[in-house]
Amino acid sequence: MTELTCIGCPMGCRLTVDEENDYAVTGNSCKRGEIYGKNELKNPTRVLTSTVAITGGIHDRCPVRTKDAIPKGKLFDAMEIIKKTEIQSPVKCGQVIIENILDTGIDVIASRDM
Amino acid sequence: MYELAVIGGGPAGLAAAYSAYTNGVKKIVILERDKELGGILNQCIHNGFGLHRFKEELSGPEYAHRFIDMLKDTSVEVRLDTMVIDITPEKKIYTDNPSGYDVIEAESIVLAMGCRERTRGAISIPGTRPSGVFTAGAAQRYLNMEGLMAGSRVVILGSGDIGLIMARRLTLEGAKVLACVELMPYSGGLTRNIVQCLHDFDIPLYLSHTVTEVRGDKRLTGVTVAKVDENRRPIPGTEMDFDCDTLLLSVGLIPENELTRAAGIEMDPRTNGAYVFENMETSIPGVFACGNAVHVHDLVDFVSDESSRAGVAAAAYIKGEKHGGDAIPFKNGSCVTYTVPQKLHKNTTAEKTDVFFRVNKVFSKSRIVVSDENGVIASFNRPFMAPGEMQHIIIPTNKLKGSESITISAEEATQQ
Ligand SMILES: Cc1cc2nc3c(=O)[nH]c(=O)nc-3n(C[C@H](O)[C@H](O)[C@H](O)COP(=O)(O)OP(=O)(O)OC[C@H]3O[C@@H](n4cnc5c(N)ncnc54)[C@H](O)[C@@H]3O)c2cc1C
Ligand code: SF4
Repeated sequence: MTELTCIGCPMGCRLTVDEENDYAVTGNSCKRGEIYGKNELKNPTRVLTSTVAITGGIHDRCPVRTKDAIPKGKLFDAMEIIKKTEIQSPVKCGQVIIENILDTGIDVIASRDM
Repeated sequence: MYELAVIGGGPAGLAAAYSAYTNGVKKIVILERDKELGGILNQCIHNGFGLHRFKEELSGPEYAHRFIDMLKDTSVEVRLDTMVIDITPEKKIYTDNPSGYDVIEAESIVLAMGCRERTRGAISIPGTRPSGVFTAGAAQRYLNMEGLMAGSRVVILGSGDIGLIMARRLTLEGAKVLACVELMPYSGGLTRNIVQCLHDFDIPLYLSHTVTEVRGDKRLTGVTVAKVDENRRPIPGTEMDFDCDTLLLSVGLIPENELTRAAGIEMDPRTNGAYVFENMETSIPGVFACGNAVHVHDLVDFVSDESSRAGVAAAAYIKGEKHGGDAIPFKNGSCVTYTVPQKLHKNTTAEKTDVFFRVNKVFSKSRIVVSDENGVIASFNRPFMAPGEMQHIIIPTNKLKGSESITISAEEATQQ
């Protein structure tokens, strides 16, 4: 049995995961908590948020994020790629900025219009 | 003459304006001092916004965009770069913007100015005054909007959410975050942020500790951290030195209410915000307040809900529904530090009353009790409560209307 705090949303439900019993999750208030509890012990993942350099926008940085969670162990490698990325305004919220980062199958998208 | 003027274009102002509009108010203006709408959300690029409201996990700017987009097809006017410098009880609004000084008149006003960070001055740390000491939110703005790093070896004082979020952000950007230091025996931030911002990166959290000295001539060179006793005084002999070039302060937020005070609106010393009724109306009829200007929220979803209620109430006021008359006060019971609203109009027509409050200690299995002079009116079970997490209950209004005053308290659940 492992006790975890669900990070799926700010409710922060306290989960108990039973490794002996097919990673059964209790304490969650919604389906996301169950998925998080199982993943956290098998293959922990995180959504990565950062910024990329942008020219011609209202600010010098445009916020970006991975469209879905990527493996926790790949966060720093992904940051290296994001740091080197430069884009041109205009971009649309949701527009793909880096396709399939580190072969995770997950895109990095702009998280605002700029 | 406008029907409604909204001061502040953050999530609170946006939601209030939108709700007023959808409730039939057409002449609305949003006054925002920044060069764009969205408020503090523009610098909160992390995800975790909107799960309650949109059932999606959005970043701050994405969440703001949802509301900005909803306003696009409306007649709501937006004035950017427009600082409100004064408001009067007669609902005259004095503004300053690049094209000059202006006076706006409105039938109703929504105050949605948000909050600002407590600074080092507000918590007085001994030592020199070198550069390298920032509030966490200022460091966040530098990094996320201008691409500037506050420093490379960082200690964070305070475990508020902004500090926690910045611990992760700076670590991912290549800085070394040495410690997060919290005066209280519990964290001031959301548990999920302790997990994903500190534990994920093995950043130690020192509870019941504080910074006792700041060193450095031009730039910060180090800080001393010591354990504190139950009276929050440093314990000699427990000092630890950290070599760092940056100290971030995440020691709380204060509602921004210079305008509110100057207008003579009654303030609540517990929240540093205006006293509000169940419809978010202040002591001046027709002036409403919502969002972080009323009390510091941890979740923007609740800011939007509360502000929508303010917008609906402003629309009702403009249509001629006036409240006034007698009010029933809400009081702090045991372990409760404030309530919002602070008062209930006796003649309210609302079916439900939303009450927000905070507790002053960490509870596991516990109960929230709503009572009046005749006994318990309602109770709510909670598996967990902490000061860092705002509590929210909904009570049918007719259960409250007969009371002289209503007390909200929190207690450990008795074992069955
Ligand atoms: C760093 C940080 C991290 C957060 N993380 C999360 C999270 O992960 N999840 C979550 O749900 N919530 C989070 N929150 C909380 C949420 O973002 C806030 O509760 C919300 O933004 C408050 O909205 P508001 O409109 O009341 O205030 P603000 O967003 O501060 O907006 C107030 C606006 O009023 C304007 N203004 C002020 N005074 C004047 C004046 N005199 N004239 C004209 N304009 C004026 C300001 O410029 C500003 O645009 C976070 C907050 C912060 C600060
Ligand atoms: S279980 Fe659901 S409600 Fe609870 S924290 Fe996780 S995502 Fe949020």
